[in-house]
Amino acid sequence: MDWDIVIGIETHVQLKTKTKQFSGASTSFGNEPNSQGCLVSLAYPGVLPVLNQEAVNCAIKFGLSIDAIINRKSIFARKNYFYPDLPKGYQISQFELPIVGEGKLSILIDNHTKDVRILRAHLEEDAGKSSHGLSHGKSGIDLNRAGTPLLEIVTEPDMSSAEEAVAYAKKLHDLVQWIGICDGNMQEGNFRCDVNVSVKKKGSDVLGTRREIKNLNSFKYIKQAIDYEVNWQIETIEDGGLIEQSTILFNPDTGETKAMRSKEEANDYRYFPDPDLLPLIVTEEDMLIIKDSLPELPSEMQSRFVKDLGLSMYDATEITSNKDVADYFIGMINKGASAKLSVNWIVVNLFSRLNDGEMSILDSPVTFEKLAELILKIEDQTISNNAAKKVFEVLWKNPEESVEELIEKMGLKQISDSSEVEGLVDQILDSNANMIDEFKSGKEKAFNALVGQVMKASKGKANPSQVNEILKKKLSN
Amino acid sequence: MLNLSLKQLSQNLNDKTFSSLELTEFFLSRIKKYNKQLNAFITIDESSSLSMAKMADDKISKGEHKPLTGIPIAQKDIFCAEGWRTTCGSKMLENFIAPYNATVIQNFNDIDAVNLGKTNMDEFAMGSSNETSYFGSVKNPWNLDCVPGGSSGGSASAVAARLAPAATGTDTGGSIRQPASLCGFTGLKPTYGLVSRYGMIAFASSLDQAGPMAPSAEDCAMLLNSMASHDHKDSTSIDHKKEDYTTNLNHPIQGLKIGIPKEFFGDGLNASVQKIIEEALDKYKKLGAELVDISLPNSDLAIPVYYVIAPAEASSNLSRYDGVRYGYRTKEYDDLMDMYFKTRQEGFGEEVKRRILIGTYVLSAGYYDAYYLKAQKIRRLISNDFKQAFKKCDVIMGPSAPSVAFGSGEKKEDPLAMYLQDIYTISTNLAGLPAMSIPAGLSNNLPVGLQLIGNYFEEGRLLNIAHQFQLSSDWHLKIPEGIS
Repeated sequence: MDWDIVIGIETHVQLKTKTKQFSGASTSFGNEPNSQGCLVSLAYPGVLPVLNQEAVNCAIKFGLSIDAIINRKSIFARKNYFYPDLPKGYQISQFELPIVGEGKLSILIDNHTKDVRILRAHLEEDAGKSSHGLSHGKSGIDLNRAGTPLLEIVTEPDMSSAEEAVAYAKKLHDLVQWIGICDGNMQEGNFRCDVNVSVKKKGSDVLGTRREIKNLNSFKYIKQAIDYEVNWQIETIEDGGLIEQSTILFNPDTGETKAMRSKEEANDYRYFPDPDLLPLIVTEEDMLIIKDSLPELPSEMQSRFVKDLGLSMYDATEITSNKDVADYFIGMINKGASAKLSVNWIVVNLFSRLNDGEMSILDSPVTFEKLAELILKIEDQTISNNAAKKVFEVLWKNPEESVEELIEKMGLKQISDSSEVEGLVDQILDSNANMIDEFKSGKEKAFNALVGQVMKASKGKANPSQVNEILKKKLSN
Repeated sequence: MLNLSLKQLSQNLNDKTFSSLELTEFFLSRIKKYNKQLNAFITIDESSSLSMAKMADDKISKGEHKPLTGIPIAQKDIFCAEGWRTTCGSKMLENFIAPYNATVIQNFNDIDAVNLGKTNMDEFAMGSSNETSYFGSVKNPWNLDCVPGGSSGGSASAVAARLAPAATGTDTGGSIRQPASLCGFTGLKPTYGLVSRYGMIAFASSLDQAGPMAPSAEDCAMLLNSMASHDHKDSTSIDHKKEDYTTNLNHPIQGLKIGIPKEFFGDGLNASVQKIIEEALDKYKKLGAELVDISLPNSDLAIPVYYVIAPAEASSNLSRYDGVRYGYRTKEYDDLMDMYFKTRQEGFGEEVKRRILIGTYVLSAGYYDAYYLKAQKIRRLISNDFKQAFKKCDVIMGPSAPSVAFGSGEKKEDPLAMYLQDIYTISTNLAGLPAMSIPAGLSNNLPVGLQLIGNYFEEGRLLNIAHQFQLSSDWHLKIPEGIS
């Protein structure tokens, strides 16, 4: 039987604010356990939450960047449950009225764009961290993270494959960094996805029962977990079993998913409006100020690149996949490098080197200035594309070298003097009369062989298009 | 020192007739003498109080005297005071030393008032008789067999017996006004949001409000001047223009329209209390006021609504007492759940547990709409009743409590009878309005309080109306026999 896969994602995005959602304690990562508490985040008797306006601004920025409704009035609610890393015994979140309403994010899948509908995004505070089995069967609680501001972004169940889910997660990950509301460090848990997965018979309108895979913090895990879960659900149903609504965990070591608790065991969170906080009101003025502070969004930049630079939509999307890449690219074209060549060089040569070293473009030893210079040398035919690759490799290891001097030193300058090239061509034609005959009798290959000979004679320095041109002229005589 | 008003004490301190140290020692010695009988204080810290007094004297000698500088004030044990044990009347916080100051405490510290000690209270402010305190019940100085009211019963007993010239209280459903009524002095619950709740241990956040408790309206006005402040640490604190509540105390009240809600004079009201209230209203007429009949039609819903909203908020507010970070933790336990269960079973008293259960129930899936949401709707109706009423009158008056102080243990086993103690006070908390209780007479040698309810931020007006009554009566100056 054929199956449809239905996926919805809830992402917890840690907002890039200096202080916590409802207190002045620091949000920095990696400090001594329990060194970033303050009375509010430790929930001392009598303390009260005060909303961090910076976090609100981040939420509004996000809403504006996905064309979402920004609710002018939203409400903070208490989500009540007991756990030692939740100091108040409740989490302050938004329930009935979130700050961000419906919006959408488009993803590129197999060269087609697809809209993923965003249902809502709401502000909440993070819990602390429990570490179990520290010593003598004891558990440790670190409350440094408790109270850290989060934006929870919830999609409609619009994705239908692990690839789409990953494409969405990556797109969202890029966007929140692009607009500067999240560091995006997934290892530190700055960006965590809960993925809801269900399967249904192909074409059926009836959704299957979903299971929620909690807390996935890498794109690889998202893919693995969904693939495993989909297979498991299909096998279970085909074996005559029933899927039970539940929360599950993915184990990266085994690649398997495992139920944590079923619906029956789920908490009754007893949500109610937090009486310590007033309704959050967003004014028209707030919105305008934040709108002005937003950078040019990837989608806007893409259209601009297609229109003004003549890039294909695919190239434009690739080059705006994240802010740092786009900045690098813009830096290059501002130096006069051709847009098309710049995209190719970034996406092909630079990315493969960066991937090898698991580096970000910000860490690239080859600066955008140098790469632009190199490309300009290709464009003015000083060097060939292949020669440029050689220069690039040397530059990668010796970033302080100058492009100009390297070309000189490595002897890569193209011979573009037409009389010199003509001389070379004549020399080859003279000693290869048989190949001329082959060509004239219709063997196209002979032409390429002749080009090869000329290039060889020039030690690769002849300008190939010039060689082509001259050879063609001579042979047609 | 015993019979002086805050204004007179302040004058004497500034004139150096006596020092803050002498004044503080005087009240500490009274506490030593009477606290065993009354159990009004949970924590006395003589050396802290005296060193604060010395600091105040120092300021006074430098000419930096402010109205309450050097005056000892008893603090309800619901306010966190840095370095002071702050129990909230609960075993849960029996050994909790507050690491910070509540804004109310800070405001008093800023003008060098003296913290005289932490007063007893119903556990987490849940009660109307001060019998739910883990630290034992408080006695009413007018009759040691009677309760002082609650939850600010320790502050009430202390003020009535003049173990302190003044005290702070908090009022969630009547916890300042009902004990003020039962102990015969003046208490004011301000408009919700006028006094910061920061550092005041939460019972029901949308209802809790701190206020002054002292013999006279004039005393309360002086206390409120320090207590009221806009506080960025409390998001529900209102940015209200700073007022001097003592300025208008002497305004004439000719032509004052006093609304008399018929619902406050129904079956539940004790006849002799009613008589005293009517006499007080007559006195107001003689002072030039006019009585207007009004109706607060949803009054009978105030108690049921309150006992949905307050426990709901409390059930969540009290979740932080889990034995993990501070406070009581059970001695032996098998696992996390066992630790939670035993800690909370052993650390909370009966009434607190009852309210946590009620609150948890009304917020549960499937019950939320029928209870909590419905209660919120009725709450708006109750506020609306007052809004309509204030179109016809300037102030609303009636009894503060349905009876005089009742016997200890009398209602302890009957929570519903106990809840009815707040029948006249609760609706103002639900509406967020300011209200006072002032002494109006004695019935069987037990005090009766007259309640005054004002419109939002009309504390100044209320204090003025109360002061005018007190200028021509001396009920607020009476001290129970056997105590002086």
